[in-house]
Parts: sequence; C-alpha cells; structure tokens
Amino acid sequence: MAESAATEGVMDQEPLELKITHPLSEMATMFFRNYAAVAGLVLLILIILFTFLGPYIHTTDPFEMVWSPFTPPGEEGFLLGTDYLGRDILAAMMAGGQVSMAIGLAAAVISVVIGVTVGAFAGYYGGVIEEALMRFTEFFQVLPTLLFSMVIVALFGASLLTVTLAIGVVSWTAVARVTRSEFLRIRELEYVAAARSGSARDGYLIFRVILPNALPPIIVQANLMVGSAILFEAALSFLGLSDPNVMSWGQVIGSNRPYILDAGFAVAIPGFAIFLTVLAISLIGDGLNDALNPKLRQR
Amino acid sequence: MNAAATKSQESGTLTVEDLKVYFGGAKRFFSKDAATVHAVDGVSFSVPAGQTFGVVGESGSGKTTTALAIMRLVPITAGKVILGGTAISDLKKEELRSARRRFQIIFQDPYSSLDPRKRAGDIVREPLDLMQIGKLAERDAMVAELFAQVGLRPEQRALFPHQFSGGQRQRIGLARALSTRPELIVCDEPVSALDVAIQAQILNLMAKLQRDLGLTYLFISHDLGVVQHICDQVAVMYLGQIVEQADRVSLFTNPRHPYTKSLLAAVPTVHGNKRDRRTRLRLKGDPPSPINLPPGCRFASRCPMAEARCRQASPPLEDRGDGHKVSCFLV
Amino acid sequence: MAEDPLLSVKDIVVDFKTRYGNARVLDHVTLDVNSGEILGIVGESGCGKSMTALSIMGLVPNPPGKVTSGSIKIDGMELVGMDVDRLRQIRGKDIGMIFQEPMTSLNPVFTVGEQIAESVRLHENARPKAAMDRAVEMLAAVEIPEAETRAKAYPHQLSGGMRQRVMIAMALACRPKVLIADEPTTALDATVQAQIFDLLQDLQEETGTAIILITHDMGAIAELADTVAVMYAGRVVEKGTVDAVLSAPQHPYTKGLITCVPHLEPDPPVERHELMEIPGVVPALTELGKGCAFAPRCGEAIEKCSGEKPRLLATGDAHVTACWVAQQERAQ
Repeated sequence: MAESAATEGVMDQEPLELKITHPLSEMATMFFRNYAAVAGLVLLILIILFTFLGPYIHTTDPFEMVWSPFTPPGEEGFLLGTDYLGRDILAAMMAGGQVSMAIGLAAAVISVVIGVTVGAFAGYYGGVIEEALMRFTEFFQVLPTLLFSMVIVALFGASLLTVTLAIGVVSWTAVARVTRSEFLRIRELEYVAAARSGSARDGYLIFRVILPNALPPIIVQANLMVGSAILFEAALSFLGLSDPNVMSWGQVIGSNRPYILDAGFAVAIPGFAIFLTVLAISLIGDGLNDALNPKLRQR
Repeated sequence: MNAAATKSQESGTLTVEDLKVYFGGAKRFFSKDAATVHAVDGVSFSVPAGQTFGVVGESGSGKTTTALAIMRLVPITAGKVILGGTAISDLKKEELRSARRRFQIIFQDPYSSLDPRKRAGDIVREPLDLMQIGKLAERDAMVAELFAQVGLRPEQRALFPHQFSGGQRQRIGLARALSTRPELIVCDEPVSALDVAIQAQILNLMAKLQRDLGLTYLFISHDLGVVQHICDQVAVMYLGQIVEQADRVSLFTNPRHPYTKSLLAAVPTVHGNKRDRRTRLRLKGDPPSPINLPPGCRFASRCPMAEARCRQASPPLEDRGDGHKVSCFLV
Repeated sequence: MAEDPLLSVKDIVVDFKTRYGNARVLDHVTLDVNSGEILGIVGESGCGKSMTALSIMGLVPNPPGKVTSGSIKIDGMELVGMDVDRLRQIRGKDIGMIFQEPMTSLNPVFTVGEQIAESVRLHENARPKAAMDRAVEMLAAVEIPEAETRAKAYPHQLSGGMRQRVMIAMALACRPKVLIADEPTTALDATVQAQIFDLLQDLQEETGTAIILITHDMGAIAELADTVAVMYAGRVVEKGTVDAVLSAPQHPYTKGLITCVPHLEPDPPVERHELMEIPGVVPALTELGKGCAFAPRCGEAIEKCSGEKPRLLATGDAHVTACWVAQQERAQ
C-alpha cells in the first residue's frame, strides 16, 4: 500500500507525447513489437501452411495402409513413421491438423459466444436474471462434460458439426463465470455510471463500455478453450465417438494409444503438434491482449 | 405561491421533495431477503438556478446516494426530483434518456471515472453521439472547444486517460459533463482525490464555468473548507437525513445543530494550534449503521446534549428564521 | 544542539531507476526528531514524504529503488547498510509505522488481538499468554471500548476508525521510540480523525514516543505537530517549528500550500474570493533541471533560481528555507 503510494509519484510522470495515429495501426505496431506474439503468429502460419498446403506436396492418402505398422520416423522414407495400421503419420498429421484446428477454433468461438452472452447478461442485470442464468450455468457445470458430449454425439450422430457443437456446449461455463465476475466488478465503476448519465442504452453499456474492459481474462479463457477443444475431440475420437471418416490429431493419438509402449512416437508426434498449436495461439492471444490495452501500448 | 411556482419552472432550478432511497429488502431467488438500508430517508431542498448547493456529511450520511438518486443512477424509493419544471423522478426509459442531457455528473475518483480504453476526445464526445447533439461533422469541433473551455489543449483529445495527471483527468470529466450543455451538474466530491495545489485550480475553474454558463451545482463533499468556499446554500446530512440547512454565512457563523457544531470543531485548520485543539467539542464513537436505526433523533446516540425525548421522537427540520433550518429539539 | 536527536536522518539520497531514466526520489533529505516531539512532513503526492518514511523503515523497494548515500541513525545506531535481520528486529521494536488504509494493512483471517500479540511475541520473545494480555492492554490504551471482546474481532467487524486504532495499538505494542504515521486519517471521517489525533497526542504525551506525521493537510500540521518539514520534488524546501513556518512561511511553495486551500473560517466573508493557485503540476523527477525544482511554477522566481539549486539556510529563528529569493530578502 505505502509502497505503491510512494512509487506512484515516480511512475506516473510519463512525458506526454502528442501524436495522432490510427488506432488499428497503433495496435498493429504494438503487436509486432511483442516478439513472443510475433513468434506465435509465425508458428501458427507455419502450422497452417503445413496442414493446408502440405497435402498438395505430400499426396499420400492418410487412410491408406502404405507400409508395415510402427515404422519409426525417418525409416523407409516415412518422415514421421507409420501407425498401428501401417498408415503414413505425416499424411495423417496434415489432414488431421485441418480438422483439429477447425474444431478447436470453432468450438472455442461457440463457447466464447455462449459464455460471454450468459455471463454478460448475468453480471450486468444482476438480481433474478443473474440468479437464473447462473443456476443454468451451474447445471451445465455439474454435468460430467465428457459423458454429456457423448450423449449429444450419440443422439445426433458423429459428424464434425455435432462434435464441434458438443464440445462448445459443454465448455462455455468457465467463460460465463469469468465474464460475469468481470461485469460485476466493472459495472460498479464510475465510468459506467458516467456513460449511463450520457444516456447510453443497456446494449451500449454492455458491449461498448464494459465488455472491452472485461476482455483480458476472457481472451485468456478463450485461448485455453482452443487447446482443450482439440484435446476434447481427441478424447471423443479415442472413444470412437468422433467422425470416423475424417482424420484428426486426436484420432491419431486415440487410435495409437494402446500401443504407446511399443511405438510412443505415434502418440507423441500428434501430441507435440497440439502443444505447438496451443502455444502459438496463446502467444498470439497474449499479444492481442496487450495490443488492445492502451495502458500498455505506450510502453 | 404563484411566483414560487413559476420560479420552480425556471430551467436550472432543482427541487427535491421527500426523497427516499432504500437498499436491499428485495427478495431474490433461493435467498432470504436482506435487511433494508435507509440510505436516504426523507430529504427535501431546493436550489435556485445558477446557484451552488452543498451537501456535507460523513461516510454513511447518504450524501452520495442523494446525488446518484437525483441523477437517476440508483432507483428512487419515494419522493420527487424536479429540474426546471420536469419531474425527472417520474420519467420512464426513453423520456429519461432524452432528459439526461439537462443534468450531468462529475465523480470523485479521476481514475475510475474515465474509461481506460477510450481516448480523452472520445470520452467527451460520447454523450454527443449517444444523444445526437450537433451535426456529425461539427462534433469534433465541439469537443475541441470543450477541451479549451476546461483548460486542456485540443491536441490532447488523442491521448488516453492514463496519460493525464489527476487534475487533468478531472478536467476531462468536467468537459464530458459540459458537453450536453446541462442546466445542472451534480458534483460528487470533485476535488477530494486531488492534491491540494490542484484542488484550487479545479475549484476556480468550476466557479468560472458557473459564472459563464449559469450552471446550477449540487456539490457533495466531506470537506467543510471546500464547501464553505464554493457553496451558496449548505445542508448537513447525518444518517440519511438533513439535520441543518442554511445559507453559507449563516451556517458557518452560527451553526445550531450539535452535529454541525462538532463537525466544524473536528476540522483542523491552519489557524488552530496544539493547545486550542484539545479544548474543542469531541464526538465519541462512530455513526450507527443505517440498517438498524434507533427511534427518535438519529444523532442522539452520539449527541453530547441528548435528553430522553430525543430518543423517542424525531425532531422535524424547522425554519428558525432567515431560512436557517435545524432538526433538533434542544436548540 | 545540546543532545543528539533520537532519530537523525542526514543527507539521505534515494534513486529510482525508471524507463525514463534515473529519478532522484529523495535528494539530500535531512531531518531530526527529538524524543517527545511530533515532526510533520507535508507536501503533494510524489514529493517524497512517503519515501522518507520507507527509507527510515528500511523498506525502500529494491529494485527499482536504492538508498544511494546518507545516514539514518536512531539513538546513535546507523540503519543504512544494516543487515536485513537486524533491521527487521528494529522495525516494529524501535520504529513503528501506521498506514493510510488500515483495512489493507491488517490480515483479514486473524483476529486483531492475535495480530497485535504476534508482533509482541516476535519482538519481545513473550509467551503467548503474556503477549495476548499485552494486546488487550494496548487495545484499551487506544480507547477501544470492551477491549477484551474486541480483541477477538476480525478486522472487517470493526469500523474504519476502530481499525486505525488497532493499527496504532499494534505499532505501539512494543513501545517503539519512533512512530511513523503515514496519512493516518486520510481514509477517515472528520470526527473520527479528530479522535485519532487526540489519541496520538495523548499517547505521545504519556510515553514520550517521537512521532513523524506525514500528511498533505496543513491544518493537521498546525494542530498536531511541533516541527514541520515541507517537501517538494524529493527535497526539503522549508523546515522549522510549526509556529515559525506557519506564521511566516518563507518558501513560495509553502505559501502556496497554505493559501491555495480553502480553509474553514469561523466567520466567512459574504463576498467570495478566487483561490490562489499554484500553476502547473509537480515536475517529473527524471526531468529536473539544475535549478530549483519549484522555479517553473513559482511566481517569485529570479534568474538564479533556474541556474542553481538553493540550499537550506536560516531564514529566521528555528527556521530554514531553500529559496534564493527568501535568502536574499533575509540578507538585506
């Protein structure tokens, strides 16, 4: 307390610079000044190029059995080896990456949209609306997520769409709770009251005043969500509940898991790919978060 | 009577009649109803156009809640707030939105009252956009002019709040309040968070703006020196009620209510010294909580003069001549 | 001076590394406090008054801060450069401190009695029972009613004024020689502030503890302190007895601090005046020139003021001022 008060005088006195730049270009400058964020972006671009352009260069069908099972990486011309059915893992990584990333991003978007909406309305309106929405959230929270998503997939059939929806529907609760608590805090701040006495409507207050200030923890949650959605899809496909006709990283892990002691690489390679993707996305998320914050932008 | 009626119609005149704001007590889903807090309990006063009305009191006195209720930022339990003939306490959603341009507020904390993610210019411009004031093309020039009016450089519109000092941030808040050309500005402790040297700059600026624009101020503060300096009329609040109200000179030269007296005695001044301070009136204890209010005069539990009847009935706020109102049986 | 002062701060310099360069937060600050005396330190935020307190406590945040030179002696014992464990013993035992916001300085999960007893146990090796008895005794000494019961209360169960009394009790529990009070009443109401001031004065008269009162309120200085040091941009610009400084302030900054505040008058004039202003803001400590730091805001500044920093020189009895103009007038 006293320390912050004492150091405040020193830190506060930043020389004012007067330059008017477009907010977007300022944000871009800030983002690109952050090496970690740029590294994340480069990494993500490489992964996207690998998965989406790779198949045009390396044209092996990921479902075709091309060699004897468990050929270690680098041998017999298979850069990443073959799996338990003798399928080319490199081809599976390319094809599976497209699906995994699509599911990860789509499921994260779904859970953020649901979570932010529920959390924002609960936190902003309070009272009975909040009680009702939070009981609703708790209802979803106490459901065993894997079991619940299995039920959804079993009921509506295993397709990419149902799997994505199922993951999104079971994982929004964390976003909702974070959003609500941020809204509860920010709605009491005086700049919200000031905007209201400037005759702002509820929608403006929620989306233009409170939400931008509530973003940092939501972005962090959304980052985590991408990774966990990819892993969730892996779990579902391991249980045989994902679309069997499409290859995904999760499916590679799931199908090779029984043989992990004999051929660890078949599990480790897709695992490492998931790790790299999640890392890239969270680095970008962090960078975006900083770029969106005008306080950090000046540093 | 007729003259008084037309007077209260005049734009900028604020009249508050028996204002009550209670918190809590509402039932929620699955939870018991909480105790009711009588934050503001029957407050009435009126402020002539172009004047400054001060409300002083300690924490828990309800002065800030009074300000927020007049701004329609907290729900009003009962009573009326009339600004220039319009009963703003009765306005419904859209009517209230369009009436809001007539009354604005500035807050105590220059740090939490400005959105950290918006540029200073956009903060001042926001009410103009929301209320469709002026033509789109003119608004930028209007904002620049407001900046100049409060002593900021128009180029500073592009900066973010954290790049300003506390005093400058309060100027931004003032510019935002002025942007809609309001009749009334509610000032909730506008200088309490500022350094003493900066307080004077803001107080002088506020006085100048009042002279130039004919603004009515409702000035909430705990700082008696500041209130004495800037206000025409002063009301002293204790636990949700006004205990004394008078014009500035009368209140400070001739305080009547024992609470007002002890409040004045508690303030250290540069004219005082170590020896004299000890001889002054001292209040014991803290104000009781506004949840379980004792019957009778709310000040009785701390009052050095209280008698038995003070604990039985509430003294009314009565005019003791020259508009000096006191609510006390004993003076 | 016949006897050595109890606490002697001599030419203390504290530097902070910032993004914008080195900031000299304290620049050759020299202060003496005698036992049984209340020294007031006054100034705007960022002037160095809290940092002075932290440097006496050995709590300058490091990094980015650093005590560059100078000496702080309590009862002749040098504190600058003392090893951390010794210093920790001295803090609390010889020097107590109370802060502005009692709520954040008290631990919410222990009762106030436990917290005071803990500090007694640490510094005096007292048995738990004896320490608790002392805690209750201290709570009674700071005029908390029903001290025995209140000792079992948690901080949130007490009012702001009560919590500040608890802080004072804790700071005084080991009978320190010096008590540093950093804006002890800023968060409190006027009537409660008056009670706390009375309490501080009573305790000081009874125990002879020296008190350093840090505040921005000249009124509090006038009514509580014996001597006063006015600080600006990390330097003491005026120092002397309260009577001397307040009745005849010499430094334009001190004059400004006194006149720019609307003081409560028992008999306010009907016509209102405009307040005196100190124009501008406190300068960035990284951008101080070679002259007097106040010169850019000063109405009386002469050429010399922007060329060379004035030193503290006598401008009256028991009164020193660091101002070229005041010193010139004195010389004439």
